Amino acid sequence: MFRFLEYPTPDPRGRFGPYGGRYVPETLIPALEELEAAYRQARRDPAFLAEYRAYLADYAGRPTPLYFAERLTRELGGARVYLKREDLAHTGAHKINNTLGQALLARRMQKPRVIAETGAGQHGVSVATVAAMFGLKAVIYMGEEDVRRQALNVFRMRLLGAEVVPVASGTRTLKDATNEAIRDWVTNVRDTFYILGSVVGPHPYPAMVRDFQSVIGQEIRAQLKEKEGREVPDAVIACVGGGSNAIGAFATFAYGEPRPRLIGVEAAGEGLDSGRHAASIAAGRRGVLHGSYMYLLQDEEGQIAPAHSVSAGLDYPGVGPEHSYLADMGLAEYVAVTDREALEGFRLLAETEGIIPALESAHAVAYAARVVPAMPKDAVVVINISGRGDKDVAEVQRILEGQ
Amino acid sequence: MNRVTAAFERARSEGRRAVIPYLTAGYPDPKRFLDYAARLAVEADLFEVGLPFSDPLGDGPVIQRASETALRHGVRTRGTLELLARLAERSRVPLLVMTYLNPVLAWGPERFFEDLRAAGAAGVILPDLPPDQDPAIAEAAQAAGLATVFLLAPTSTEERIRTVTGYVSGFVYTVSVTGVTGARDRLPQELGVLVQRIKAVTRLPVAVGFGISSRSTAQQAVRAGADGVVVGSALIRAIEQGRDPARLLAEIRQGATG
Repeated sequence: MFRFLEYPTPDPRGRFGPYGGRYVPETLIPALEELEAAYRQARRDPAFLAEYRAYLADYAGRPTPLYFAERLTRELGGARVYLKREDLAHTGAHKINNTLGQALLARRMQKPRVIAETGAGQHGVSVATVAAMFGLKAVIYMGEEDVRRQALNVFRMRLLGAEVVPVASGTRTLKDATNEAIRDWVTNVRDTFYILGSVVGPHPYPAMVRDFQSVIGQEIRAQLKEKEGREVPDAVIACVGGGSNAIGAFATFAYGEPRPRLIGVEAAGEGLDSGRHAASIAAGRRGVLHGSYMYLLQDEEGQIAPAHSVSAGLDYPGVGPEHSYLADMGLAEYVAVTDREALEGFRLLAETEGIIPALESAHAVAYAARVVPAMPKDAVVVINISGRGDKDVAEVQRILEGQ
Repeated sequence: MNRVTAAFERARSEGRRAVIPYLTAGYPDPKRFLDYAARLAVEADLFEVGLPFSDPLGDGPVIQRASETALRHGVRTRGTLELLARLAERSRVPLLVMTYLNPVLAWGPERFFEDLRAAGAAGVILPDLPPDQDPAIAEAAQAAGLATVFLLAPTSTEERIRTVTGYVSGFVYTVSVTGVTGARDRLPQELGVLVQRIKAVTRLPVAVGFGISSRSTAQQAVRAGADGVVVGSALIRAIEQGRDPARLLAEIRQGATG
């Protein structure tokens, strides 16, 4: 069952090594201090924990299964492959773990209005969902380009009673939606709670989102113990955009012994040399965006570069400060797979297991297909299937038929 | 006393509060930026130049658009330094550069501040750097001979006011409202209390910005106790609409007089 665990990061100033921090307009500093204090208190409150656990179980449908993928294992011919089925959580992705936690906190802090950014719409739908359930007013910022590409998710959010605000500035995608959400928060900070969707942003967001998402790794431990007689697998593989599902799967393993190989898979888009990718660790440089010091895609004069991935959820030019730190310390490894490989991963999982993963998660499947065959047969690998692929089916059809 | 702080004293000796116009470097294009800036500087005590940034999360729509336009003209850090140097040749008004943090980090803070100083800047404003997040940055700016300016807001606690003013050597930039940059019809009633709370802690000049758009909003800021007013979005909007920003600035200057 989920517990709030203690980690060696971040330090009291919100730093993961040099990464993280709180680089935001001064207007927000008191709000972040207030949030940090409220969260610290909530973490220690047994009533908050009990409530969060109850919603995870009865509303989100946790624990999600840890499924032994027998045909995929046979197909790859190496390690035993398990799938952590976050795609089976309510709203079809891991995002609900975090939005439930933050919405409970918003209610506790008596903020009647919540705001959020969204890219593909998965986090937005998740926020709209919990806002409906708790009776909170929700405003979701979404880039115009994404509003066009993800019309169905826009409709879902509106159906759930949220207001969706298209953002026309910059690249009209997730990065700009995040800017606009921060601008809203600066303006309405006194009565508004910002439900940030990934392990990015100013302290305490990266730590708080990690804590809520860490239910994924905690369940993997318990389920693996039951199925394999061991808590720690040989490798955990997860896709990384901002990095929330990966941190959720990695957190309980990253700072302990024995430590499995923790493999974060970034989006190489059309290839790392093409300039059209979203691989911040593999091909970025350190800098500040959205309140946090982290690896970023940027030009030589510090302008943020547009990200590209076939998967809208990985289409973000930065990566969370804890991932930046784990990469530097060698506690996790980061690799990148292209759009084309991700599509192969998408097909592979559909054909061998009858599971259509989100294009984001398909990146993790694609990398597993590369490394699992060379691993010994008694090794155990867990792939985090962060979300379901229904939202991507039309896009994949368009691409495959266009080839 | 540095040139930035001195500009407030000079304005006051002339019976005015300091008038600080802002333009985004390279907006509406590099040549016209210089023409507008040189004309506005005639009416100014200090002049603020914005370094265009791809993700200006403290700015409202008007300055966002100006940044995008300037970036389309290819004006980034190097371009801003060039325009700054040319403006410094044409005007003796002390120049301040407003920039988000990432371009500073990418250039290297020490090199950035030295290059700024060499181009003729007298000070720097960092709107997304709470100075205690990285004290070395303010130190590097001051070591390069620049006056540092940081922001305070209506939400700032006494502790934040104390902390932030400790890193300021130019003036305290007081944000009139919780919000982003942009012209407003009136300033909030509570502005006077905020200015007083800041002045209880520091003897540095206090300038008010965000929302100054007219003679009457400038007057409101002066009545609230401001030592200066910053005006940006309203000037850029005038340029967008084909009006003369210098005329608007002259009206604001009247509001800041007496």
